[in-house]
Amino acid sequence: MKSTAVLRCLVATVTILLSCPGSAYSAQALRLATTTSTENSGLLNYLLPVFEKHSGMSVHVIAVGTGKALRIARAGDVDVVMVHARPAEQRFVTDGHGVDRREFMYNDFVIVGPGTDPAGVGKTDSVTEALHNIASSASRFVSRGDDSGTHKKELALWQMIDSRPAGDWYLESGMGMGKVLQMASELDAYTMTDRGTWLAYRGHLELALLLQGDPPLFNPYGIIAVNPARHPDVNYTGATVLIEWLASPEGQKMIAQYRVDGQSLFHPLLIPEE
Amino acid sequence: MGEILRATGDALVLLFSWEPALWDIIGISFSVSLRAILISAPLAIVVAFVLTIGRFPGRRALISFFNSLMAVPAVVVGLTVYLLLSRSGPMGDLKLLFTQTAMIIGQITLAFPLLVAMSHAALQAAEKDAWETAITLGAKPWQAMLTIMREVRFGLLAAVIAGFARIIAEVGCSMMVGGNILGVTRNIPTAIALETSKGEFIQGIALGMVLLFLALFLNLLLSFVQGKGELT
Repeated sequence: MKSTAVLRCLVATVTILLSCPGSAYSAQALRLATTTSTENSGLLNYLLPVFEKHSGMSVHVIAVGTGKALRIARAGDVDVVMVHARPAEQRFVTDGHGVDRREFMYNDFVIVGPGTDPAGVGKTDSVTEALHNIASSASRFVSRGDDSGTHKKELALWQMIDSRPAGDWYLESGMGMGKVLQMASELDAYTMTDRGTWLAYRGHLELALLLQGDPPLFNPYGIIAVNPARHPDVNYTGATVLIEWLASPEGQKMIAQYRVDGQSLFHPLLIPEE
Repeated sequence: MGEILRATGDALVLLFSWEPALWDIIGISFSVSLRAILISAPLAIVVAFVLTIGRFPGRRALISFFNSLMAVPAVVVGLTVYLLLSRSGPMGDLKLLFTQTAMIIGQITLAFPLLVAMSHAALQAAEKDAWETAITLGAKPWQAMLTIMREVRFGLLAAVIAGFARIIAEVGCSMMVGGNILGVTRNIPTAIALETSKGEFIQGIALGMVLLFLALFLNLLLSFVQGKGELT
């Protein structure tokens, strides 16, 4: 009997501890799963404080790869998910895991590589031609290989030239963008990177920006609310407020004005850019 | 809970469906860690032997040094090896970064202090007179050393198994100096880290189970060997 009383006391204490003001607050908080690119580039640190002031909600960011972000959202462990992988996003919605998907901004990818540029990537404006040259000269190329949005984008580009890259020259690293850039620099290899990570890392790298601006390299970001019909306990209202704010003229203008090293990284899709 | 059980079941199926990609990763793990332990163990045992038998200034400091090296986190070893092998580092010309060789170097560095400290502890258990008796009886130093090693072989084996267990399950160093390249430097721990980051938990669990089975096997082996050691 005595031990049950002790146990009850313990359970009660733990319950009280867990229900401190902090967690009562976080019940109201909006949980956002997103890709490392939005977090690492500083965009979220710039946007979210303004949104939190505007909405009175606090946002908890879980920054992971696109694959994992969608997976977390599918399990109902977050309220809203912001990623960049259009086919995977569409599947997420058609499978009934998410609702209210909106594309609200884009960024762009660039091809970087060794300054000597053995595959002549810098001489062309077309990303398909560049990849073709890299493959045919068997120049080293480091791929993310981690099922991230960037990896999916890269695979889609290889598909555009009907080529499945394989061979000693094609290295599937399974690491984040920053690590992959360091690897490419160490190995004198080419790689594809989002512009934000490139700007953040280029100071430490022996790589040159060789190709940019080709439309296939543009990369739209989507935001999706987790389906409340599947997971009744998600903060659907909060998710809707965030989605509407990002699509609003205010949110869109802030995205357009964001700069890293004087360069804009993300471009709004719902208002014309100056 | 249902999700975890289902994932574990799927992982077992995956493991025994003999999927080449999965077994490739397991093969790389073993090949790298076995080579690392084969290189480091004999060297470490000789060092431990010198620390046990030799009488020279700084011996105790050296023992403490190896003991404290055991506590260095794998990522720190990884970072050090990375900086040495990076092309801006002193050994950059060798072009070893992101190869299996780099992983082996890292794992040797990780295993070495543990091997020395544990072998030293094992060798201390040997009869003090054994060395001098063997020498007096006309044994050459290396023969005397083999005699003593034979005497404490179970302790030494325990050291080697512990060293192997440390490096086969290690992720920080392998990830950093190996680069997690598919089919080249992707081993079990780095693959688990990757699959988890992708949200592919089943693959992660399957590989985790391989490590678990291995740990179980090594520990059974160890307790079997030690049990026998007590009987003789």
